[in-house]
Amino acid sequence: MKQKYLPLTATILIFVLSYALCAAQYPNILSTRVIGNLLTDNAFLGIAAVGMTFVILSGGIDLSVGSVIAFTGVFLAVVLEHTSMHPIMAFALVLGITTLFGALMGMIIHYLEMPAFIVTLAGMFLARGMAFVLSIDSIPIKHPFYATLKGFYYKLPGGGRITLIGGLMLLVFAAGILIAHRTRFGTNVYALGGGTATAKLMGVPVASTTVKIYALSGLLAGLSGIVFSLYTSAGYSLAAVGVELDAITAVVIGGTLLTGGSGFVAGTLVGIFIQGLIQTYITFDGSLSSWWTKILIGALLFAFILLQKGIIHLSRDARQRA
Amino acid sequence: MQTSSDNILSAVRIDKGFPGTKALDKVDFHLQRGEVHALLGENGAGKSTLIKCLTGAYRRDGGNILLDGVEVDPRDTFDAQRLGIGTVYQEVNLLPNLSVAENLFLGRQPRRFGMVDIRAMNRKARELLSEYELKLDVTRALASYSVAIQQVVAIARAVDLSGKVLILDEPTASLDAHEVAMLFRIVRRLKARGLGIIFITHFLEQVYEISDRITVLRNGRLVGTRNTAELDRRDLIAMMIGRELAAEIHAAEAHAAEGGEPRYRFRNYGRRGRIDPFDLDVRAGEVVGIAGLLGSGRTETAEVLFGAHRADSGTAEIDGRRVDLSSPRAAIREKFGFCPEDRKTDGIVGDLSVRENIVLALQARRGWTRPISRAEQNRLADLYIRALDIRTADREKPIKLLSGGNQQKAILARWLATEPEFLILDEPTRGIDVGAHAEIVRLIESLREKGMSLIVISSELEELVAYSTRIIVLRDRAHVAELGGERITAHQIVEAIAAANERRAS
Amino acid sequence: MTSIFRTYLARLLPQLIALSAIIIAISMTFPGFLNLEIQNGRLYGSLIDILNRGAPVVLLAIGMTVVIATKGIDLSVGAVMAICGAVAASFITSGHSLFETILITLAVGILCGVWNGILVAVLDIQPIIATLVLMVAGRGIAQLVTEGAILTFNDPGLIFIGSGSFAGLPMPVVVWLVFGVLVALLVRQSALGMLIEAIGVNRQASTLSGVLTPVLLIAAYMLSGLCAAIGGIIAAADIRGADANNAGLWLELDAILAVVVGGTSLLGGRFSIAASVLGAIIIQAINTGILLSGFPPEFNLIIKAAIIVFILVLQSPRFRTSFAFLAFPRRAAKTTEQEAK
Repeated sequence: MKQKYLPLTATILIFVLSYALCAAQYPNILSTRVIGNLLTDNAFLGIAAVGMTFVILSGGIDLSVGSVIAFTGVFLAVVLEHTSMHPIMAFALVLGITTLFGALMGMIIHYLEMPAFIVTLAGMFLARGMAFVLSIDSIPIKHPFYATLKGFYYKLPGGGRITLIGGLMLLVFAAGILIAHRTRFGTNVYALGGGTATAKLMGVPVASTTVKIYALSGLLAGLSGIVFSLYTSAGYSLAAVGVELDAITAVVIGGTLLTGGSGFVAGTLVGIFIQGLIQTYITFDGSLSSWWTKILIGALLFAFILLQKGIIHLSRDARQRA
Repeated sequence: MQTSSDNILSAVRIDKGFPGTKALDKVDFHLQRGEVHALLGENGAGKSTLIKCLTGAYRRDGGNILLDGVEVDPRDTFDAQRLGIGTVYQEVNLLPNLSVAENLFLGRQPRRFGMVDIRAMNRKARELLSEYELKLDVTRALASYSVAIQQVVAIARAVDLSGKVLILDEPTASLDAHEVAMLFRIVRRLKARGLGIIFITHFLEQVYEISDRITVLRNGRLVGTRNTAELDRRDLIAMMIGRELAAEIHAAEAHAAEGGEPRYRFRNYGRRGRIDPFDLDVRAGEVVGIAGLLGSGRTETAEVLFGAHRADSGTAEIDGRRVDLSSPRAAIREKFGFCPEDRKTDGIVGDLSVRENIVLALQARRGWTRPISRAEQNRLADLYIRALDIRTADREKPIKLLSGGNQQKAILARWLATEPEFLILDEPTRGIDVGAHAEIVRLIESLREKGMSLIVISSELEELVAYSTRIIVLRDRAHVAELGGERITAHQIVEAIAAANERRAS
Repeated sequence: MTSIFRTYLARLLPQLIALSAIIIAISMTFPGFLNLEIQNGRLYGSLIDILNRGAPVVLLAIGMTVVIATKGIDLSVGAVMAICGAVAASFITSGHSLFETILITLAVGILCGVWNGILVAVLDIQPIIATLVLMVAGRGIAQLVTEGAILTFNDPGLIFIGSGSFAGLPMPVVVWLVFGVLVALLVRQSALGMLIEAIGVNRQASTLSGVLTPVLLIAAYMLSGLCAAIGGIIAAADIRGADANNAGLWLELDAILAVVVGGTSLLGGRFSIAASVLGAIIIQAINTGILLSGFPPEFNLIIKAAIIVFILVLQSPRFRTSFAFLAFPRRAAKTTEQEAK
């Protein structure tokens, strides 16, 4: 088997195994209702994680995601409450803002040659601060269009529903997979992760690719914010704290190398499912405490970092022998 | 020669200077269509500077570059590539995490409906590589193939993109004989297609096997261009490393220490894949010079002796006592010191001051709980700044702001401060100006007179001859000859290297 | 001696100027800001409040400075604070003495540091990734210890650490002052400081010079863990309980910001603990200033973001090179030459 599929295979294996174990104990977990909920509950996280996958594939990181989600929610709530703007317009507007925001961070990272970590940390503070400035209260969104949107769903046999936002997440993943593997931009993202200097020597437009990557992450964080506001029907500046961490975790558990250059957008989806499954299991169990989620996810994270470290080590040895 | 209309690439009177040094001094270089032209010289001779000027990686200070008779001025490597000059480096400049096909077509992938047509790309990649006798799974990551295959992929990409001139910079450095043969078949095929190929290597037998002509550079100057068939191996080596073989100066007193019991005894010492097991004796007050061409295992010998790479065979004894030299710390405990070849990555701690760089090794040996007082640090720093004439505004200046020669002296000072008894110097005079050069040579002699044991690696033969009591000749990562007494002459060293070469070639 | 003092002052000057400017700006709008009064043998006033509230970030910044100097980063300190707060609360409520409780809590913090250090130094995992593991899992572990509840306690000794006073100063201030001075003395009076800087600048060259790199790296993360443990005890003592969810939440980012404001480069090397402490106090002073000025506290984050961007621009290699070319063209040219080689 090709080495690059190894982490992804491990992810899928872990998911299938743990799903089977859960199902053995609680057959209900197999129901379409649970699956539908898994999609709906993790929709915003999944969409943000797609953007994060691109950022991490390129060897960067984006800490601003959670704050951008909160900002988007508050922005929508404020706009819909105080103006007569149609939600669709508001969506377009806020996506424009978050995309620009991401692009700006990408420019600072590239042109000022500063670590993505600290630049997006500033972005994290800025976006959360802007959300606070717009409103510190949780504002409910009562626009009828929201109700309409929430009314869309695809009924699965067995009572489960694929809601609009759940479906949207799957669509975003599909688009992400296409962009990552079937466009020149996608290859360039991998190229940056393989080594910026070499990529530059080989003719990859480093500046525009970096800007596009963070713009894409901003766009998807904005989309995730829209989904989150649909999910909660509210905008709250303290919402979605730490989502960037969950997204990073999903990406790594999904088999993407945190140092960049190797991984799959599809793996991130499985990573999201694994996190969701752990939560669902703990809810089903009832006696297990919620903190096991974090400990388990931390342990999984560690296992995957070790696995990747081992693979890198092995392949280096193999090449030396060759 | 310049008149030959067959010249595909001509570089005329190329000048390139860096502050303090002249890297290229009016160098001429002519490459013909359908020839393999070897560019030779020791490190620092100006080979890579010349290549970088040709490919636009450096801006040259003077001179002209003619490609197909037309004057060109590549601004950067892309520009050179577009003009037709492609380069493949020893460190394969491709992306190991991408597939072979992606590496070949990065930035120009075939598309259908805006999407990359992966099938077409893989097909084209297979077609392209079939011209190079390569049948690969082009969808696999480049990293999963051997360096040789990666080289060929790099060549395929470079030729496909440029197609007039191909520069191969040390492509065979990490290949085995079989892989070299494969690479050479490809080079011959490209040559037959009319490409001009510049081949840089330090393997002389490969030069004789593949090249039509040879150009030798030394110290940024052109030594000459010869037809390979008419150039004797001995003369070639002399062109590369001996300045004036006639003028052999050897400090006679350097032999004084010969005889007497060896203090340091290494038996069957080595590390797999780096340096073959060797025996080495070093007496007190002796300088053992290590000679050999680039890549012969000189630095590897030094690193194994110092424990930078742990020896996996053999024993080390000091005065008959078995010692452990498995790490730099262990070696330092036995009063070893090591000035590495690559000052920037292994030597200086750039942001720290000259003072801190000088006391670093001594402090590390004492441990963090026993700090050297500031006054003592100042005393040591001033002492060595004066003794070695380190040119710095003051001892608190960050060492990265010093010139190469002064950095080298500061690293020497770092070890002298630990009062070592066994000092290993790897190319101590590389890349430093003439004045500092002479001072370091004098220093080596005075240290020997004080009874220190030294191992000195250098590609400057006169220098080795001047201060060595014995000389070890290396070849192919093995110690192949030892010269002592009257036999320490530049001529004898060249003979020894050439003999080893011939043995291998036959 | 005076010259050393002068270099020290020169190093801290930007931070001192920034802090004074902030304090002057606040006191111009709030004349009472600089007032200090003594009640029951204890100082009260906004200035003291800044020092007191800033205690956890100051402590974290001390450890973070050393870690960053080694070219690392420790994302787990917030989570370690939560773990240690939880451990302290659970031990004190289960009847252990104050002394035992503190000892064990500090040991737990150091253990967390050892874990991070081994991942970084022995397994050679990038620091940002290595410490992410504990950042994610740590809060879960803290909740495991407190069993999900806010574990309250009423041991007067432990509470004293959070809200008592000593020599007129609130205990947290006393703790970080004493600890900060101790650490600063330790690294500067021993050779630790120089060796750590050497590792941060060039790990390879340091190892070749005989520096015991892995041990020092682990020690740096241990110090960071210890700092987080003390911070955790103070945070828990302050609210008389361990809140596994919120104790130390996002403080790792504030600590990193404090180090950056203090002028220590994220790329490792030269560090100053005093400057990082000042950086932490600057951040706290801005917090307090905004609170006092009646601006909504929400602006806090925006100002933090602005500070980061400002410092980023100042520290940016590109900005520096262009500046260096203007100032010392000859020197800059030399550096490029060396890089070329």
